[in-house]
Amino acid sequence: MDSVAQRLSAVGAGAALELRGVTRLFGALAALTDVTITVRPGERRAVLGSNGAGKTTLFNCITGDFPPSSGTIRFFGEDVTHFPPYERIRRGLRRTYQISALFPGLTVQDNVYLACRGVSRGRFSFLRPGQNDALMHAADNLVQAVHLAGVKDQPVAELAHGQQRQLEIALALAGAPRFVLFDEPAAGLSPTERQELVEILTSLPAHIGYIIIEHDMDVALRVVESVTMMHNGRIFKEGLPQEIESDPEVQELYLGGGHE
Amino acid sequence: MSVTHDARVQVRPATAQRPALRGWPEINNPAAWIVAVILLIMPLIANGFFLIEIFATTLILGTMALSLMLLAGYAGMVSLMQLTIAGFAAYMVAVFGVSGNANISLGWPWWLAVPMALALATIFGTFGGALAVRTEGIYTIMITLAIGAAFYYFTNQNWAIFNGHTGINTVATPHFWGVDWRADIPFYYIVLAVAALCYFAVEYVSRAPFGLALQGVRDNPRRMAALGFNVNAHRVAAYAVASFIAALAGVLQVWNYRQISPGSVSVGACIDVLIIAVVGGITRPIGPYIGALIFVLLRTFALDFLVKIGLDGNRFRLLIGLGFLAIVFWSSDGVIGLWQRWRQSQRPAANRAGGGGRGHG
Repeated sequence: MDSVAQRLSAVGAGAALELRGVTRLFGALAALTDVTITVRPGERRAVLGSNGAGKTTLFNCITGDFPPSSGTIRFFGEDVTHFPPYERIRRGLRRTYQISALFPGLTVQDNVYLACRGVSRGRFSFLRPGQNDALMHAADNLVQAVHLAGVKDQPVAELAHGQQRQLEIALALAGAPRFVLFDEPAAGLSPTERQELVEILTSLPAHIGYIIIEHDMDVALRVVESVTMMHNGRIFKEGLPQEIESDPEVQELYLGGGHE
Repeated sequence: MSVTHDARVQVRPATAQRPALRGWPEINNPAAWIVAVILLIMPLIANGFFLIEIFATTLILGTMALSLMLLAGYAGMVSLMQLTIAGFAAYMVAVFGVSGNANISLGWPWWLAVPMALALATIFGTFGGALAVRTEGIYTIMITLAIGAAFYYFTNQNWAIFNGHTGINTVATPHFWGVDWRADIPFYYIVLAVAALCYFAVEYVSRAPFGLALQGVRDNPRRMAALGFNVNAHRVAAYAVASFIAALAGVLQVWNYRQISPGSVSVGACIDVLIIAVVGGITRPIGPYIGALIFVLLRTFALDFLVKIGLDGNRFRLLIGLGFLAIVFWSSDGVIGLWQRWRQSQRPAANRAGGGGRGHG
């Protein structure tokens, strides 16, 4: 993996994702307070923090699932703060969900096909895709990439948990993603499946940046070049993985005594 | 919403044949061919009463319920205003076309009045849908029921266009090429053609991007938005398509009875469409037609049956109600769900006995 400095100099000044003073209130509760983050194109970053630190709320604000109460969000320079989620997705943003958000009544192939269709034209088409439909091929390739070709005609409701997590990732990689938000992709995976996940993440094309929320440090620190630490809805610390790992404050707060 | 959810769960056992569903499952199904042939030669078998009162009526009601099946089964939205849209189209045929109420009807020829009625009813249904998609689940049902109830009372009280509670009578039916298309046999074929067209269109679209997207919206609207879909636009479009189908059925209905009055668009009749769809099953387009056949047979013959066993003949709704209870109690995906499970339980037995030899192949 390139060093952070090399990556940063290579991509120039334009940020992939730029959050300024983002605050999200749920009633009186501030789930996010004044969060400012800049992520460069192609940058791969982990967001760490205990439960309730605001990590998933951060994702929801970035994708527009919940709009921020205040602050601005820019995606590749464009102010998307007030865009509905689908407009952000069509601009190259993608996300996965902590609890798999799939279409259980449809087959694996149809799930992935929908993901491909969502970021291209013809979403309202009344014509069935033909044998040589480009998006069908794209869907086939994605299904293979996440090792689900053997079950592609099965309804998603019948898949094992690990397969559903892989499909969850496939849906986020459809079309031409520029930036992906992975919300605990390793949750509930076996050690073998975690290894496959690491391979999928590290084999992504270099121009695709991502933010990953992951409690498993073995996974998280192997697939990122920078780390943001959150606590109580605020940015607590940012740095290189090894800096964060060895930071005594972070250890105190998050890793606790049990990490050694 | 729970109706569709449960239905989805029940579909699972039938998934061994999933790949075949991608194309036209009917082509390989001998039962479907038999049904098609019987429907085509029906005028040779059935007399006028059966042809119109049973089969044409079944196909018309089934097509109305098909529009609800499209919304509920694919898009996860239960609409109680499908009959209202059909009734609106029926009224528009009567208002723009020729009828016995010359003070109201504009006297347009049917080939102008019908497209006008279809367009207006589709706009009406789409507008209602645009209101309804702002809500979910029970609130969608409430809004569409409110639209249905409002339309019923409006037709009762408005004399300028809807002619109040007497409705519009002696509505003219098409005559061309020297054929009276409301005569029993030609009318049966018109109804059959429209119903078949709607059925196959829904079946086809269910595997096209639009239909798949609706099923995605049903299963997980939030994720659909996170895949780049404008979920509400898809929901409104579903209402537009369903409204058009319901409007077609409404045109046939006004030709069938040659009159339209508020009684045809009552709240009770709106709920009948829901009962038909649920009894038949909302997971597949064939369900509404099966439900409609059961409904029409019960409505027509339950009276005689009840009188025979010494009950008041007007209690035929009691039978329908009991049947409805039994269906939703034992099979949340209606009669086709029962059928599928019965087929499923037969298959292992057949495979054991016949050494896996499966009929046609």
